[in-house]
Amino acid sequence: MLTLECPYCGVKADETELAPGGEAHLKRHGPGSTDEEFDGYLFARKNPKGVHFERWRHAYGCGKWFLAARCTATLEVFGTYPAQSTKPPVDLQARIKLKRPGWEGYK
Amino acid sequence: MSTRLQNGGRLIDRAKPLSFTFNGKPVQGYEGDTLASALLGQNRMMVGRSFKYHRPRGLVASGAEEPNGLVGLGEGARFEPNQRLTTTELFGGAVTQSQNHWPSLEFDVGAINDRLARFLPAGFYYKTFMYPRAAWKHVFEPIIRRSAGLGKVPQGRDADRYEYAYAFADLVIVGGGIAGLCAALAAGRQGKRVWLIEQTAHWGGRAVVDGAEIDGKDAETWVRETLQALEGMENVTLRTRTMASGLYDHGYLLAYERVADHTPGDGRPRHRLWRLRAGQVVTATGAIERTLSFAGNDIPGVMLASAVRDYVVNWAVSPGDRTVIVTNNDDAYRTALALLDAGLIVPAVIDARPEARGELPGAVRARGVRVLEGHGVARVKGGKRVTGVSTCIQAGEGAELETIACDAVAMSGGWSPVVHLWSHCGGKLIWDEGGAMFRPDPSRPATGADGAAMVTAIGAANGVLDAAGVLADAHKAAGGKGKAPQATAKPETPVLPVWIMPQGAGPALRAKMWLDPQNDVKVSDVQLAAREGYESVEHTKRYTTLGMATDQGKISNINGLAVLSDALHRPIPETGTTTFRPPYTPISLGAIAGEARGEVFQPLRKTPMHDWHAANGAHWEPVGLWRRVYCYRRPGEGTHDAVNREIRQVRNSVGLLDASTLGKILVSGPDAGRFLDMLYTNMMSTLKIGKCRYGLMCSENGFLSDDGVVVRLNEDTWLCHTTTGGAERIHGWMEDWLQCEWWDWKVYTANVTEQYAQVAIAGPNARKLLEKLGGMDLSKETLAFMEWREGTLGGCRARVHRISFSGELSFEVAVPASEGRAFWEALMAAGEEFAVAPYGTEAMHIMRAEKGFIMIGDETDGTVIPQDLNLEWAISRKKDDYLGKRAQQRSYMASPDRWKLVGLETLDGSVIPDGAYVVADGVNANGQRNVQGRVTSTYYSPTLNKGIAMGLVKHGPDRMGEVVEFPVGDGKVVKARIVDQVFYDKQGEKQNV
Amino acid sequence: MAMKRYSVFAIAREAMSYHMGWQRAWAAPQPRKKYDAVIVGAGGHGLATAYYLGKNFGLTNVAIIEKGWLGGGNTGRNTTIIRSNYLQDPSAAIYEKARSLYETMSQDLNYNVMFSPRGLLMLGQTEHEVRGYKRTVHANNLQGVETRWIEPAEVKRLVPIMNIEGPRYPVLGALYQARGGTARHDAVAWGYARACSAMGMDVIQQCEVTGIRSAGGKVAGIDTTKGAIDCDKLGLVVAGHSSVLAELAGFRLPIESLALQAMVSEPIKPCMDVVVMANTVHGYMSQSDKGEMVIGGGTDGFNNYTQRGSFHHIEETVRALVETFPMISRLKNLRQWGGIVDMTGDRSPLISKTPVDGIFVNCGWGTGGFKSIPGSGWAMAELMARGHSPLAEEFSMYRFREGRFIDESVAAGVAH
Repeated sequence: MLTLECPYCGVKADETELAPGGEAHLKRHGPGSTDEEFDGYLFARKNPKGVHFERWRHAYGCGKWFLAARCTATLEVFGTYPAQSTKPPVDLQARIKLKRPGWEGYK
Repeated sequence: MSTRLQNGGRLIDRAKPLSFTFNGKPVQGYEGDTLASALLGQNRMMVGRSFKYHRPRGLVASGAEEPNGLVGLGEGARFEPNQRLTTTELFGGAVTQSQNHWPSLEFDVGAINDRLARFLPAGFYYKTFMYPRAAWKHVFEPIIRRSAGLGKVPQGRDADRYEYAYAFADLVIVGGGIAGLCAALAAGRQGKRVWLIEQTAHWGGRAVVDGAEIDGKDAETWVRETLQALEGMENVTLRTRTMASGLYDHGYLLAYERVADHTPGDGRPRHRLWRLRAGQVVTATGAIERTLSFAGNDIPGVMLASAVRDYVVNWAVSPGDRTVIVTNNDDAYRTALALLDAGLIVPAVIDARPEARGELPGAVRARGVRVLEGHGVARVKGGKRVTGVSTCIQAGEGAELETIACDAVAMSGGWSPVVHLWSHCGGKLIWDEGGAMFRPDPSRPATGADGAAMVTAIGAANGVLDAAGVLADAHKAAGGKGKAPQATAKPETPVLPVWIMPQGAGPALRAKMWLDPQNDVKVSDVQLAAREGYESVEHTKRYTTLGMATDQGKISNINGLAVLSDALHRPIPETGTTTFRPPYTPISLGAIAGEARGEVFQPLRKTPMHDWHAANGAHWEPVGLWRRVYCYRRPGEGTHDAVNREIRQVRNSVGLLDASTLGKILVSGPDAGRFLDMLYTNMMSTLKIGKCRYGLMCSENGFLSDDGVVVRLNEDTWLCHTTTGGAERIHGWMEDWLQCEWWDWKVYTANVTEQYAQVAIAGPNARKLLEKLGGMDLSKETLAFMEWREGTLGGCRARVHRISFSGELSFEVAVPASEGRAFWEALMAAGEEFAVAPYGTEAMHIMRAEKGFIMIGDETDGTVIPQDLNLEWAISRKKDDYLGKRAQQRSYMASPDRWKLVGLETLDGSVIPDGAYVVADGVNANGQRNVQGRVTSTYYSPTLNKGIAMGLVKHGPDRMGEVVEFPVGDGKVVKARIVDQVFYDKQGEKQNV
Repeated sequence: MAMKRYSVFAIAREAMSYHMGWQRAWAAPQPRKKYDAVIVGAGGHGLATAYYLGKNFGLTNVAIIEKGWLGGGNTGRNTTIIRSNYLQDPSAAIYEKARSLYETMSQDLNYNVMFSPRGLLMLGQTEHEVRGYKRTVHANNLQGVETRWIEPAEVKRLVPIMNIEGPRYPVLGALYQARGGTARHDAVAWGYARACSAMGMDVIQQCEVTGIRSAGGKVAGIDTTKGAIDCDKLGLVVAGHSSVLAELAGFRLPIESLALQAMVSEPIKPCMDVVVMANTVHGYMSQSDKGEMVIGGGTDGFNNYTQRGSFHHIEETVRALVETFPMISRLKNLRQWGGIVDMTGDRSPLISKTPVDGIFVNCGWGTGGFKSIPGSGWAMAELMARGHSPLAEEFSMYRFREGRFIDESVAAGVAH
């Protein structure tokens, strides 16, 4: 039963208020992309046992989508940040690295 | 015999006698009794039969760990099987029945299994019952099912209600013994929001029974004073009868409050399930005493030593007149003292340790009790009740030395901390060699959202068994200021791990040593499992069913894994424990379901006209959380006839459909047009103000996901209609793209579905009807097909769309929700001269099928793309991109061999059954009949008086006129001709007048 | 090792000596340097793969490597439902193959897996669902899967404890598979392990794979906590941990790992002989031979390797089932647990070659793993031995690229 802090409304939201949305920072591939690119975008999702960046919507709250960095092996939440980010904030990455020295970093 | 003592009993109120029945016979007890103590007080030791061998079973424990004392409680709609005697408070008039026997508890035919026990070792069923093959289902399994199971089956709806509740706390302390109380006091004084919960109705835990002294007072007084202090703190919440059932991630603690189990039918909810969000959880859950494995340790009258003194001290009940103590530790001597204090006889203490020279054994010796050091029990004598024990040397093989007559045996194999909550979220354990116990490993706790420890174990739950240590531990863990309360108790000498008694017992004795008395798992079973290679503790558990009973092995698991380790010659920590899973003790499914049942099982969404429908013969169908009217049945009218009547009414005159459930999403802003061009396959940015356009939406994976009419309201604003089921999904979908992909686009969306009531007025008289209401010019010239206007109709503010899903002249009118019912009734009144009647979803479905319109969910199923439905006309060729476009370019989606939409007409006019497939010749590589299509919508058309259908057929549009075959079961085949999908008014003259 | 047959006579014989004479069900060998084929994962699917490699293709120089204990993953955590009433041809083919193998599994393995074809119902509770199930019946009849649509009165006759009246979701009928049912999940793993061991295969437990070696695009072997092992062919059959192993092998799989939860009630006397799935309200239930009501629902929604789920899913499932079977309100939840299921984009499995020659993958069974075990093993063994298998044909990991999906959510809300 996760709690995630919504970076928009500041609420520590219970999982029941939230809707999960899968991997974050996907690059959309539309017409003109190769089959491999399109397949990678829609289906070859990252599934790490460890640090994961993912999308959540504060569905029964402010309605905003946001992103979270979470460990899938312990469910520790490293931080949440606005959906309007092309990659995880640098300070968040540093915090994760501090807690998970073996982490390969955001790719 | 077991009896009620003349004096004492700290929990009972002798002034308040209560009567109840056990197997139909009256039993007397007192307020404050549990069912167990009341039964025991009336010499009722044997209370049930075991699961597998149907052996007589007596009470073993006094609390949640009790494996045997399970009864059916209550009657009728308040009957509950498997209620635990030791945790059920006595109430007057309780009706209880023992379980798992036939015809009676005393004489049980199933006990034949006991005679055959030698042939029924662990896992015997994996090795036999294999021939003949059909016999498992028809012979063996039914017999096994009937003899297994435990309680009787409840019948019908539950008479009680249940409640959800929520709370937040900085600290939730689980367990109301002195550890929990001490921690609560320390945390409460720091101003933290504290919850302290206790599973029983009483505070104080073991210390009040065992007689510790705290800060110079007896424990009872200290507990009372501490409670008073806590009750005076506004930041502290105290709850008894509340059991922490499970700890889930991020500090989500589930607590089960048995509000009215002891006052059934008083109108309160029976159970309340608390969802506590805890900053930190402190487990002060104590420890559970272990049994000892000696032959005959399952005979009624053999109990845990701590339970024996609980019964004496708490309820003034003596389990036996002569009680032999068997132990491997000092604590059990407290039981001897309690019994002696109550004037009962302790013929001997059998202590497995070579030496028992501590203060407690000394005190017992001083009372003239024989202490047999280095001894064990060779065998317990008796059948349905203990009659004696024979002793042996613990280090030997079980040669009997002497027989001691007794009617009860109090055993203690040491203590196991209650580590369930600690472990639920991944907290790890370490093996404490000295204490012979698994206890929480503070370096590997369960961690919370921040990655830091979220659980702390204190007191006995942390492996600290002496009162002084418990208080110091609790005070420190709660961050208490100053000195911890000081306790004094008699010091104890170390426990000696004893897993089998005697140590060298042979196979005959080991086959009589019970580990799990409910499931009938013996030492020999675990050893057999080890021998056969079921080496993991999980294998052993599953192979033998050890610890899988309703007590989940609270008294037996540690013994079992110790026996397993011994059999495999490996250290206990290497074997480890099985996984601890919620709930700690079983919780009612009623409490988990809460209030959600019957009409309020799920929220019900109602249109403004809902009550009108209900009062006018509505036959409902669930559509998401809505209920829509399938058809309106008149008195004596069948569903099918009602649907046909409604269709004829629309086709011939005029009908009304409540279309309020259709999704309505406003999309507004400078980039709204650009956004909708990405969302829909069509071009929406070019839609003129005042016009409507039918649009399609696809998932990014290319499949058709929703459709509806898009209305351009003004320069910056579009109104998108969605399907009933699609409104929330599509709105979420829009927001997803706007917030996560095109966040620089200036677009605002709002789901206004419930702000409007919407009515479709369809039929040749539709315009006349609306004109009667008056207020707007709805002539063909002013409001052409696929246009909309705003105005006032019959006094209601209205937006009138000239769109048609029925193929008739049709208007869809949206009015503010608050005016919906009035508008609907005005239409009904004005339509009287046209015999206007409402129509339901089924009539709508059939009429659209007659027109060849697709329906999301019928023609589509998540695997269909617009091209399959010949909807290329709705896919803009001018656009570089829309959601789903790239997906539709993949090889399989662009294949010419995809099944495509056509009309289907049976040769004999019959209706093709729902879901039938078109077959092709031959079979595929897996021997399945080849298919080349399927029906997607199929109805009897009252308009055409024959069956009509649409379907997807391979190369369908190129095969017009061809006859295809639908096998429909029982060897029957329906033949149908491939035709155009529009069956009614192909030129669209009806809707365009 | 040679296998002593299990029978009632063997039990009687052993009873005379306090059952001291039973031999190990499977051996506990140390790994050898090289095998013809190595299967990673000694769950049902991995063991079945090895078993059919031996039985159907005579390949017995095989090791099955297990990180924990055999059968300790999803094989031992599911709700033991067996059915093959799938809509799409490729699914129906492999699940029906599995179901038919379950029919004779006890005899084939000489280990009673207690397959009980007690009948399975999927309730139709909306008009839409009814149409979907009727379509499934038509499909099944052409696929050689015996199912039929039954009316509410027959549903009530089969399941007297069910509330079919609603009020919110009256039961409109059910998709009925008379030969669907349950089996004893642990026994399936144990029976296969015993049979593999008897064929001379090595079942190696407590052995974690730490690396996958390949040379020139072809598999060479694996590194493990018990040393390096060479092999010609490698099958990865590890369900929830497939992504982790694929990463070791240098490719990515189109799956995500989610928690799936289940629970049992305390045991009661027999009250329901069939398996019931209610997909509109999201819950399913059967009664085990022990008497427990075995309950399951849908998956959690986020990537999770903890084998723990969130309580609100349990709530939703129990609410659904209390509404469907009102009497269970007065039963108690004895135990709940979770497993990690691996979900693909279309919720159908992968039985596939991979970018590395000689490495094969079998995963993505999601919520449907147990029921498919023998069919999955059969197909995977054929794919590994021959390079192709009709049963596995459509389950290639490359199907997503072509837009060729096997989507079972078409007929039912949840694809259990």
